[in-house]
Amino acid sequence: MGRYVIRRLLQMIPVFIGATLLIFLMVNVMGDPIAGLCGERQCDPATAAQLRKEFGLDKPLWQQYLTYMGNVFTGDFGTAFTGQPVTELMADAFPVTIRLTIVAILFEVVIGILLGVVTGLRRGRPIDTGVLLLTLVVISIPTFVTGLLLQLLFGVEWGWIRPSVSTDATFGELIVPGLVLASVSLAYVTRLTRTSIAENKRSDYVRTAVAKGLPRHRVITKHLLRNSLIPVVTFIGTDIGALMGGAIVTERIFNIHGVGYQLYQGIVRQNTQTVVGFVTVLVLVFLVANLLVDLLYAVLDPRIRYA
Amino acid sequence: MRGATHATWAVGAAAVVLVATACGGGGGGGGSGGASGVLSSSWGDPQNPLEPSNTNEVQGGKVLDMIFRGLKRYDAKTGAAQNMLAQKIDTSDSQNFTITVKDGWTFSNGEPVTAQSFVDAWNYGASLKNNQKNAYFFGYIEGYDKVHPETGTQSANTLSGLKVTGPHTFTVKLNQKFSTFPDTLGYVAFAPLPKAFFSDHAAWLKKPVGNGPYTVDSYTKGSTMALRKWDAYPGADKAQNGGVDLKVYTDNNTAYTDLMAGNLDLVDDVPAAQLKHVKSDLGGRYINTPAGIIQTIAFPFYDKAWDKSGMENVRKGLSMAINRDQITTTIFQKTRTPASDWTSPVLGAAGGFQDGLCGASCRYDPAQAKKMIQDGGGLPGGQIKISYNADSGSHKEWIDAVCNSINNALGNDKACVGNPIGTFADFRNQIGQHKMPGPFRAGWQMDYPLIQNFLQPLYYTNASSNDGKWSNKDFDKLVDQANAETDKAKAIQLFQQAEGVVRDNMAAIPLWYQNGSAGYSDRISGVALNQFSVPVYNEIKVS
Repeated sequence: MGRYVIRRLLQMIPVFIGATLLIFLMVNVMGDPIAGLCGERQCDPATAAQLRKEFGLDKPLWQQYLTYMGNVFTGDFGTAFTGQPVTELMADAFPVTIRLTIVAILFEVVIGILLGVVTGLRRGRPIDTGVLLLTLVVISIPTFVTGLLLQLLFGVEWGWIRPSVSTDATFGELIVPGLVLASVSLAYVTRLTRTSIAENKRSDYVRTAVAKGLPRHRVITKHLLRNSLIPVVTFIGTDIGALMGGAIVTERIFNIHGVGYQLYQGIVRQNTQTVVGFVTVLVLVFLVANLLVDLLYAVLDPRIRYA
Repeated sequence: MRGATHATWAVGAAAVVLVATACGGGGGGGGSGGASGVLSSSWGDPQNPLEPSNTNEVQGGKVLDMIFRGLKRYDAKTGAAQNMLAQKIDTSDSQNFTITVKDGWTFSNGEPVTAQSFVDAWNYGASLKNNQKNAYFFGYIEGYDKVHPETGTQSANTLSGLKVTGPHTFTVKLNQKFSTFPDTLGYVAFAPLPKAFFSDHAAWLKKPVGNGPYTVDSYTKGSTMALRKWDAYPGADKAQNGGVDLKVYTDNNTAYTDLMAGNLDLVDDVPAAQLKHVKSDLGGRYINTPAGIIQTIAFPFYDKAWDKSGMENVRKGLSMAINRDQITTTIFQKTRTPASDWTSPVLGAAGGFQDGLCGASCRYDPAQAKKMIQDGGGLPGGQIKISYNADSGSHKEWIDAVCNSINNALGNDKACVGNPIGTFADFRNQIGQHKMPGPFRAGWQMDYPLIQNFLQPLYYTNASSNDGKWSNKDFDKLVDQANAETDKAKAIQLFQQAEGVVRDNMAAIPLWYQNGSAGYSDRISGVALNQFSVPVYNEIKVS
């Protein structure tokens, strides 16, 4: 097990370098960011040259990348054009996005798996058909439609919630945005669980467990669910990374000052430091989440061993 | 039956969620009214550090307008530059100015505002090593080429044209005659700065200190700024409310939704998508007033194909092929006004705005347009590509509409196409490198309400924003004359003559004047936008 973890951690290094290099190149392909800082006019050449020097943009690209990576390892992610260190932006944005992700994942796990189990056990019944239809509707509607609709209904028409999230972004405020963010994944989790449960329901070990005379809830939670969760866990694990980086739409709609918003602003303002910094951290999150998922397999299914 | 119980749980859980969210909401709004009432207003994260000589966009400008007062201030209604901190500004030759600062003004930290506060601030703004994006405002002052050389390092740290002659007087020597120079001093880049700005710069940026009617109470970068009324403010334009809370919104549609839900008092940028129903949503609580912004289509005069003689007829023809009325009505819902000169209505007739100066060249006349373009030798290459940045605003919509209008007039589907460029920075980059493949979108937001600001930076040979590199000796000569003219009315006349040269050559096609728009809640009254489309916060009353 320990060896496996170490091997996986070592594998992360090339992935990490490759991903950051790609992002670095992509942001640079967009051209000189200084030109966008002076509004609808030419920056005066002396100030522009000075700014380029300050942000290290006058050096060749490979040198910029090496300097940047060197700084990253000492915890310095550079400075945004607003004069704020990127680490400061991260300290503001990540806690908010992590809270949002936790809310979203909770929705996926609790509601998604619950609905999946219910429909999987009662396949073909009206409730199954009903939930299937519902998931189909949710999957086919884009997030920004659900988001704007819920915001308008709950926030403006009925006044149940504030349409925008405050700077504190407490868990209570993030429930509706979290639900919107989770909605599509939630539907997938329901369908995955349903299929998996329905398939395993007829397996030998379930029949044995029932024949042993185990109570129904024990059969379901201990035997059926545990074995059916592997594809679901894989999905949720990879979804963590996607939810954190892909919340741009939800964050804009609900005014959440999280990672998605910072990334959006970084891209619009062509702020290399912000974009590369945030993406680097997201890459790390993604890699670690994947590792955890793989380790979880062994916990769920004792037949799987890592050496 | 067990499954059914699970299902009811799920429904129950959903109900709990909804109840819980209901508890989270409803806390906002409220607050006490009267002179101590605080209003909330939408905001965007300022692009640059909040220094007066480094702020060139409206979001940072909003804050600086509240916490700073300069020598002059532009009247929110007429745009006239009126003395604020200036007791008097004297000159005999339009080149040497003696400025007397009023006694009795202080910064909100108690430090008196003196002549030195201005000179220090201007020297800071002009100095190359400080990376100030508004440095070019000091370019008319003698010694600018020493502190801000175009290449290499600066050989002086202070402007030789600035001299403090007493606690409240200083002299300014310009490097050319510039009669309307005093009227430019209302721009925020010319604001005075306290000693704390220089001694502890980082702390100042965290919590700026100025001499305006508001003080910064707290500032969380990227999210909120709480400004409160400064009770000891010595000026006549004291704040009529207790303060303003600026809130950064990720999207102006969200800000608008918050206004509808009663959680926000003022949105000063009504999103285009909401314009259609803004009147039914807000009734009379919507304002739409002219701002000092004009949109034009500029041409690449560095490209021979656009610079040869006869092309002015093609440019005029293109201008006549654009149905400005229809586009401003259908796409912009009348938040823009068809342009008929190259300045802005906010200048007023006395300030040099001349309605209809463009004449027939700006009137929609498809038949004549086709003829003019044919007479001029046709479109270069048989097709024009209008470049624009596709990342913001509704540029794509109106560029497509302009092209449609041109195509219809010429009876050719391929005469005009849009050429989108991904980001604003890249768009500016390509313009700066003079690589435009054809005409391009150009917008000009004035720095100060003077006709000079609409002409010289844009059309003077090699001027800072002359992106198309247009050059005309007659125009340059008239501008030089106007700047040297000490009589204001005569100077404006000369500028208008220069504008006539722009018209006769159709150096750029004027499209429309942009308005500022704002919506507000029923808690507040007395809302107005100034010429820079910034709300006049100190006059807003909270009930």
